[in-house]
Amino acid sequence: MKRHWKHILLRSGDPFIWLTGGALAASLLLVIGMIALIFVSGLGFFWPHALTKFDLGDGKQVLGALMEREEVPNPDNPEHAVRHRIKVKQGNRDLYGMDFLWIDEDQIKSRELPGDAVQVERMEWGHFYGYVKEVKDGDKPVATGAEAFAKVQALLPEAERIREEIRSLERDSVGEINYYQNQVRLKLKKLHMDGVDTGPEVDALTKEMDSWQQKYIDLTKRIAELKAKQTYSVSFTAPAGALASGEREKTMALAEILRVDKPNHMSFVEKCSYYLAKVWEFVAADPRESNTEGGVFPAIFGTVMMVMIMSVLVTPLGVLAAFYLREYAKQGTMVSIVRIAVNNLAGVPSIVFGVFGVGFFIYFMGAGTDKALFPEMLPTPTFGTGGILWASLTLSLLTVPVVIVATEEGLAAIPPSMREGSLALGATKFETTVRVVLPAVMPSILTGLILAMARAAGEVAPLMITGVVKLAPSLPLDGYFPYVHLERKFMHLGFHIYDVGFQSPNVDAARPMVFTTTLLLLGIIVLLNIGAIFIRNRLRKKFSAATAAI
Amino acid sequence: MSSPASTDTDRTDLEVPGRSTEKTATGHSPMRIAVQDKAQDADAAPEVPMVEVQNVDLYYGQKKALKNVSLVYPQKRVTAMIGPSGCGKSTLLRCFNRMNDLVEGCRVEGSIKINGRDIYDPALDVTELRKNVGMVFQKPNPFPKSIFENIAYGPRLQGIKDKARLDEIVERSLKGAALWEEAKDRLNESALALSGGQQQRLCIARAVAVEPEVLLMDEPCSALDPISTGKVEDLIVELKERYTIIIVTHNMQQASRVSDYTAFMLLGDLIEYRDTTTLFSRPSDKRTEDYITGRFG
Repeated sequence: MKRHWKHILLRSGDPFIWLTGGALAASLLLVIGMIALIFVSGLGFFWPHALTKFDLGDGKQVLGALMEREEVPNPDNPEHAVRHRIKVKQGNRDLYGMDFLWIDEDQIKSRELPGDAVQVERMEWGHFYGYVKEVKDGDKPVATGAEAFAKVQALLPEAERIREEIRSLERDSVGEINYYQNQVRLKLKKLHMDGVDTGPEVDALTKEMDSWQQKYIDLTKRIAELKAKQTYSVSFTAPAGALASGEREKTMALAEILRVDKPNHMSFVEKCSYYLAKVWEFVAADPRESNTEGGVFPAIFGTVMMVMIMSVLVTPLGVLAAFYLREYAKQGTMVSIVRIAVNNLAGVPSIVFGVFGVGFFIYFMGAGTDKALFPEMLPTPTFGTGGILWASLTLSLLTVPVVIVATEEGLAAIPPSMREGSLALGATKFETTVRVVLPAVMPSILTGLILAMARAAGEVAPLMITGVVKLAPSLPLDGYFPYVHLERKFMHLGFHIYDVGFQSPNVDAARPMVFTTTLLLLGIIVLLNIGAIFIRNRLRKKFSAATAAI
Repeated sequence: MSSPASTDTDRTDLEVPGRSTEKTATGHSPMRIAVQDKAQDADAAPEVPMVEVQNVDLYYGQKKALKNVSLVYPQKRVTAMIGPSGCGKSTLLRCFNRMNDLVEGCRVEGSIKINGRDIYDPALDVTELRKNVGMVFQKPNPFPKSIFENIAYGPRLQGIKDKARLDEIVERSLKGAALWEEAKDRLNESALALSGGQQQRLCIARAVAVEPEVLLMDEPCSALDPISTGKVEDLIVELKERYTIIIVTHNMQQASRVSDYTAFMLLGDLIEYRDTTTLFSRPSDKRTEDYITGRFG
């Protein structure tokens, strides 16, 4: 009887449906779980945390944000009542030496949320938590106590303006002078190498050099003037920490302070505006403090630019190779071997491509380019070192199998009758390929490109050795001729994640940044893909029902 | 080709050299078959040969697909080729625009002349030949482009760039393929959005846009419903005013409806070739009779 029931069940095929459905559900759960983790951890990073004051008795106090709570493991005595401890971000690394502190809940006498506690973002040392004490202009006190906070807020915009101006002068204007001086120096060196050491040309260049030098001197004066304006300083007090009682004082220049907030006093709207400002800073600003603070704009820029260059390189290469394999090559053993090899190429570890990139592109092609085109720069390499061009080329090699396979599949799906239709009208094979086959295979090419971009944007290992750096001094695209600097090193979100998460001096503080950066990288890949899918769908629409006809 | 009227009705003599199945002792002595014109064409001009096939053997590698086939297709007439699958009728059709060149290991022996010119002459430009010999395929195969671009494809290949000229060609071709009324408001829409029957008429329009002399049709209605088939058949009858049409079909009713002459082929041999009415009413070969009465095939 039981056997009969099992028999019916097997015959119905239901268990197989459950099995396949279960497998799909399991994969989906894993993926959704991962994305949810990234979302929750990444998006929460910018939300202002309340500042709690923990009284530990004996006058010892800790002020900071509650980050985590966990059970204290006690393997010796499992009967023991469950104890908990909390992780507090106490900030003030310059005072306490570490940002994070574990406190046993037993030790805490009381907790409160002091309304006037402030969170200070500054150029160095991470967050400062404490209370505003006094604002000084030089040695002269300007405001104290409750007024001090308002005064700081009032002074901050002007301070930021001056700071930005100095930064822009130091980076952009000095950078420009450096650039032109260097150009002149290279011209002189080239003349020297050609055996010209005197003469009108050399004089003109020397004169030009002097004028740049004068400009530089003027600029340093201007910077010194601006710096002289930065006279304000702010004193804060903070609890002395978990180990000592009493208070400690910290004075910092106003120019060092980015923003001061009272998170315990913020309304929901203020919190939202804080959140949006931080998100904007994250995507639009340069990184600070060895990448653990500030934004990731150069990394976003580097990632997108590298993927674009890679797409431009890989598409023609892959498409042409696929066209030869499918349209012109005599189908036989040789082509089959090539096809298998191409497929296997997609399985080669990416670091191997990186090593090839270093050996072939950088040491061979790059060094050769330098000898031929930039002899005056040597021994400083121009192309003979890692750069965005070599990284993109390496990734094109890595992703070319994807494009070839997708294009070949597209070509195979075009019915022979379509080609015959064109040939029968008197078109040559080339005309048929360009005018009929290529437009029809375009959606497949884009599918391949989408896969290639997704792969390339997420790849890190080969980039680490072909041109990605922790902090690039300048973007590969700027206002100086020739505007696109393919030889420059660049930053990349994938490498940024690795660097911030595992190479940072302050891993605990940087951990949320890892999730946020991951989220951003995912977002960029999704955006790039949506862009390509949009184009593909438009093409498909243009040739609507192309698949239905096949 | 002279053709004296020799009997009570108007008769035209069509020269068919050496029918493969009834080789005379001399082998190549031309055999005359009397072709009776349809009654309504009583005053028709004598037939002029357009495509002349002489002793053609075709091999796919080692396999012989056509065996010493000889026949003549008259100008501005519809000639149907019937026979069971694999009899070589499509193969023969594809010789006329040398589409068989695309098949690896395909070899043609014998002579095929179109308008007196040997089309297997090595000096001949195949693309020129194909411009002169249009083809309509079994399944509609419009390009994944707009209706306009589909028609303009051939003329563009010939270097016509002038928009006004192309407009004119597209309109004329679509009118010629009885598709103008249905398509004139959607010339820029994808050709793949048309129905199957419309697509096939579009393919006919595309073929006539380059003004060929000969139109080859390889089972043009096999993928169409009866109404679309009817429209395409009417079109074929209209088109023979201007083109020499050779049509391969599995459908014997269709052959009898549209064609003036019919060739019956079997296993690479040309069995019987004569005017359609006679072939279907009084076939001279037993195998033809068996086939058209449905005893095999």
